[in-house]
Amino acid sequence: MEKHCIDSQVKGVSTGTTILAAIFDGGVVIGSDSRASIGGEYVSSKTINKVIQVHDRIFCCMAGSLADAQAVTKAAKFHLSFHSVQMESPPLVIAAASVLKELCYKNKEELQAGFITAGWDTKNGPQVYVVALGGMLVRQPVTIGGSGSTFIYGYVDAKYKPNMTKEECLQFATNALALAMGRDNVSGGVANLVVITETGVEHVVVPGDKLPRFHDE
Amino acid sequence: MGKCDVSCKALWIKVSVCIVVLFREYVSSKTINKVIQVHDRIFCCIAGSLADAQAVTKAAKFHLSFHSVQMESPPLVIAAASVNISYKYKEELSAHLIVAGWDRRDGGQVFATLNGLLTRQPFAIGGSGSSYVYGFVDAEYRKGMTKEECQQFVVNTLALAMNRDGSSGGVAYMVTIDEHSTEEKVILGNDLPTFFDQ
Repeated sequence: MEKHCIDSQVKGVSTGTTILAAIFDGGVVIGSDSRASIGGEYVSSKTINKVIQVHDRIFCCMAGSLADAQAVTKAAKFHLSFHSVQMESPPLVIAAASVLKELCYKNKEELQAGFITAGWDTKNGPQVYVVALGGMLVRQPVTIGGSGSTFIYGYVDAKYKPNMTKEECLQFATNALALAMGRDNVSGGVANLVVITETGVEHVVVPGDKLPRFHDE
Repeated sequence: MGKCDVSCKALWIKVSVCIVVLFREYVSSKTINKVIQVHDRIFCCIAGSLADAQAVTKAAKFHLSFHSVQMESPPLVIAAASVNISYKYKEELSAHLIVAGWDRRDGGQVFATLNGLLTRQPFAIGGSGSSYVYGFVDAEYRKGMTKEECQQFVVNTLALAMNRDGSSGGVAYMVTIDEHSTEEKVILGNDLPTFFDQ
């Protein structure tokens, strides 16, 4: 199947990955797998955390070159804490997403990273923003990203419903990640999920052997 | 050229989407039928280069009818799938076929022939639109579905893939094959099921 193989253009360690975020009634779930690979051939880490906290109620997930993503999120974290001190209040989720977008757009020639930012703020409640590879910023109720996301577009389109409960949304996210990890060779490991609501932040880790199984497993 | 096929064993259904895109952004035809009958109860879905696929299936149809005269009985589905294999010409051709049908020995079967590899599967998907629905079919397929459930599964899968893939679209063409009959059905674009963001 050499003809169908997509060559990874990312140099160095890449988070060939599956990331997703979905809004439910009262909050948002953001999650990812935990595999880092080099060139799609060697798994350099089985347990890397791709869900980074940039503020109390704002998390972001990264896809693409791991080095680029880490550098950008570190810069974003700094900008955001400075911004929140200046405003004397917690930053809005769109502020966090815009900071990432500015960094991605201004440096689009050098960078190869995409982000999903999800969080909760007092002004607009739960939100999900996508910053794509070139620096486009879009708000969506549910979004998926990374190389493994191509395999679950159909599943997400069919199964996502607005105003789900927290448990339904967690199950939906776990299933989607499990399906993508099952088909994509550069996604795998454990499923790292974070549930963000007005009251707080909850981390859920689903190890590989506890992931849901489907008909062929 | 892009498309999405789904074949589902439980009810020996085949489906196909009809749109062909040649030469970059030009849509050369919106209603091509990509489900080809190679024998009474054996059908074949094509993906990849349409010209190559047509050539392969024409040759296969001829071989099969000759074979079935020699054997004095309808051909097995595995015979049809083997005849269709493009292994000998895999460097020149680029066609992916899904062969499905019903025969008296093994009932309903689905075979995928991908670049010359022949495998029997409970269901198969292929074509450019198929990458988007791998997750959906993994989650939703169950063994032992009834005919109506299987038809619904296939139509849902096609609708989702057509929604996401730029090279798939048009109408959905579905063939249901069982011991007694083959039933063909065309589902127009606006009759397809819609999902969350539509």
